Amino acid sequence: MVGLLALLVAIVVFTSAHWGLHPPSRVETIDSTSLHAGGEFSEANLGTMIAPDGSAVVRIVAQQYAFVPDCLVVPAGVPVTMRLASADAVHGFLVQDTNVNAMVVPGYVTTVRTMFKDSREHLMPCHEFCGVGHQAMWAHLRVVEREKFPFDEAREKAVSCARH
Amino acid sequence: MLATDRRLILWHFWLAFGAFAAAVVLGAWQMWARSPLHGGPANPELYYRSVTAHGTVLGYVFPTLIAMGFGYAVCVTALGRPLRGQKIAWAGLWLLVLGALMAALAVAQGNSSVLYTFYPPLTASPFYYLGVVLVVVGSWFWVALMIYNLHAWRREHPGERVPLAVFGTVVSALLWFWTSIGAALELLFQLLPVALGWSSTVDAGLARTLFSWTLHSIVYFWLIPAYIAFYTLVPQAAGGRLYSDRMGRVAFVLFLVLAMPIGIHHLFADPNIGIGFKFLHSVFTAGVVLPTLLTVAGLAASLEIAGRLRGGKGLLGWVAALPWERPIVLATGFSLVMLGLGGAGGIINMSYMLNQSIHNTQWITGHFHLIYGGTVVIMYFAIAYELWPHLTGHPLRSARLACLQLWLWFIGMLVVTLPWHVVGLMGQPRRMAYYDWSNPGLAAQGPLVSASALGGFVLLLSAILLIVILARSQGGEKAEAGALTYARALDDGQPVPRALNTLGVWFGLMVALTVVNYGYPIAQSFFLQHNTAPPQPVTIGR
Repeated sequence: MVGLLALLVAIVVFTSAHWGLHPPSRVETIDSTSLHAGGEFSEANLGTMIAPDGSAVVRIVAQQYAFVPDCLVVPAGVPVTMRLASADAVHGFLVQDTNVNAMVVPGYVTTVRTMFKDSREHLMPCHEFCGVGHQAMWAHLRVVEREKFPFDEAREKAVSCARH
Repeated sequence: MLATDRRLILWHFWLAFGAFAAAVVLGAWQMWARSPLHGGPANPELYYRSVTAHGTVLGYVFPTLIAMGFGYAVCVTALGRPLRGQKIAWAGLWLLVLGALMAALAVAQGNSSVLYTFYPPLTASPFYYLGVVLVVVGSWFWVALMIYNLHAWRREHPGERVPLAVFGTVVSALLWFWTSIGAALELLFQLLPVALGWSSTVDAGLARTLFSWTLHSIVYFWLIPAYIAFYTLVPQAAGGRLYSDRMGRVAFVLFLVLAMPIGIHHLFADPNIGIGFKFLHSVFTAGVVLPTLLTVAGLAASLEIAGRLRGGKGLLGWVAALPWERPIVLATGFSLVMLGLGGAGGIINMSYMLNQSIHNTQWITGHFHLIYGGTVVIMYFAIAYELWPHLTGHPLRSARLACLQLWLWFIGMLVVTLPWHVVGLMGQPRRMAYYDWSNPGLAAQGPLVSASALGGFVLLLSAILLIVILARSQGGEKAEAGALTYARALDDGQPVPRALNTLGVWFGLMVALTVVNYGYPIAQSFFLQHNTAPPQPVTIGR
C-alpha cells in the first residue's frame, strides 16, 4: 500500500519537475477596486495582444456576472498566457475540452500558460459561485488558424470578438 | 443504558434525521430544477437559497448531530457507565439547534445565499454566520464531554485498554475541535466584522486558506463514525471477529495527524498559494489515503473471518456466506463499493496538476456526494438501525424494509453521481441554477443531467422510508434488546502499546504539522499588499 502511494507521488514529482506542469501559483497581488483606473487591466488592454516574443497574452477581467471581454480570440499553435483579475467576488474559469482551469480571487492576478492546438470554439464558463447571477456568466474562446489571426493589429492593441 | 442517556441520544438522532430529510427534499428539487426536465430556467434566487440551506444542513448540522449522538452512545455503552455531564450535553445540543434555526431563517430571507463555503467577499446576513458559529460552539460542548468522560474512566481504570470505539470517538472529537478552528477564525475575524460593518475589506485569499484548514479534515470528522462502525459493530453483526484492534488504532491516529495539514489541495487552482505549499499538501494527501486502505484491508479480513465461520468456502465463497439480510452488513457492502469508486476519484483530485482537468466541475460534486452522501451517510443509517432497539426498547420494524431503504439509497446515489462525473469531464461547471440546454456546446450533457435528476427522486424516496422505519419501529411492541456489544478482536489478548492507548502525542503532532503546513500560507496575508477587497453583500432582487 505504501509502495502504491509512493509510486503515485513519484509520478507527480516526475511530471511536475520534468515537464514543468504546475497549477497556476504566482501569488501576485493587485488592487481589485481600481482595475478600471488604468494599468494592466484597464479597458483598452483587455483581450488578446501579441508580445514582442510572438506569444499571445490574453487579459480578462472577471466581474459579476460577465467576463470582459466575453468573446476571446487566440491563434492556434502559439504559446498563450492568460491573465485574469476579479473586480468584485471570487470567480473561476475553465475552457471546456482543455486543461485550462483556475480560480480568480479578488486581490490576486491569475496567470495560466497554455497552447491551443486546434482551431475551434470553446465555451468558457465561470465555475465558482459569485452571486445570484453566476449561472449567466459564460464567455466564448475562439481559437483561429494562425493565418486568420490579426497579428499586426494585436501588436498595437488588444483584439477580441466581443460585440460592444 | 439509563433512560436519561437514551433520551439524550435519541434527540440527537431525531434532530439529525429530521434536518437531513428536509435537506434531501431541497437537493432533489435542485437537481430537477437545473435539469432539462424542468423545461425552462429555474429562479436562481430560490435555487441558491436552497443550495445554501442544503450545504449548511448536510455539511454542519446533520453529521455533527450524528457524531454527537453516536459519540454519547459509544461512551455510555463501551465504557459501561452513565454519561457524566448530561446538563452540559443538553446545553450543547440546544445551542446547536438555536444556531441552526438562526442560520436557516437568515437563508430563507434570501440575503445569505453565500453557500455553506461562504465565498467572501460575498457577504451574508450576520445572523447566518452567527448561526454557524453557534452550531460549532454547541458541538465543542460534546468535544469537552468526550475528553472528560474518557479521562474520568481512565482515572478509575489506570493502565487499562481504552475500548476501540471510544478511542475512535475521542479521535473524532479532537480532530473536529482542531478542524473547526480554521473556519471559526474566518467567521470571527473576517466574515462577522465585515457583515456587521466593522471592517470595510476582506482578504479573500486568507479566507480561502483558513476555510481549507476546515474543509478537508471536516470530511474525516464526517467519516469517522462510519469507520468506528466498520471496526466495532460490523464484524460482530456479520458473525465474526475484528481482525486487528491495533490496526484500528493505527488508522485512527493516522487520521488525527494527517487529516488536517492537507487542506490546500482544495486550493490547487488558486492564485493566492505558491507552488511549494500546493505540492507539500498534495504529498500529505497521499498519506491520508493510508488509514483508509488499512481500514478496508482490516474490514475485508474481518468479514472473511465471519464468512468462513458461517461455512463459506473457497476464494470468494465467504462473501456469499455473509448475512446480507442484516442492514448493517448490507450497508457495509454498499459503502465499500462507493468508497472504491469515490476513493479512486479522490486520488485523481489530490494529484496536484491532474486536478486541473476536473477542478470545480460537476465531477467534484459527484465525488463528494458519492463518498460522503454514499459511503458515509449509508453507514449513518446502519448505525441508527443498529442502535434503535437499544435506544428505544423496540425492535426494528423491519430489517427487510431497512434493507430496501439501503438498496434505494445505494442505487439512487450511483444514478445521481456517475452521470455527474461524466458531465464534469465534459467541462460542466458546478453551482449553476440553470444551463442553456439549447446551446450546442451543452446539449450532449442534457440527458445525463436528466438521468441524475431521476436518481435524486430515488434518494428522496429512500430518505422518506428511513423516517418511516425509525418512527414505525418506535411505535411498535416493546422488547428489551439487551446491552449493545462491540466486536471482539483476534488480538484482544495482546497488550496495546501505550502510544496506541493515549492521544496526547498525536494531537501535538497534528498541531505541529499545522504550523509547518499552514504557517506561511496564513502569515503571507500579513505582508502582501493590495490583496483585500470590499464586501459584496448578497441582495434580494438583483
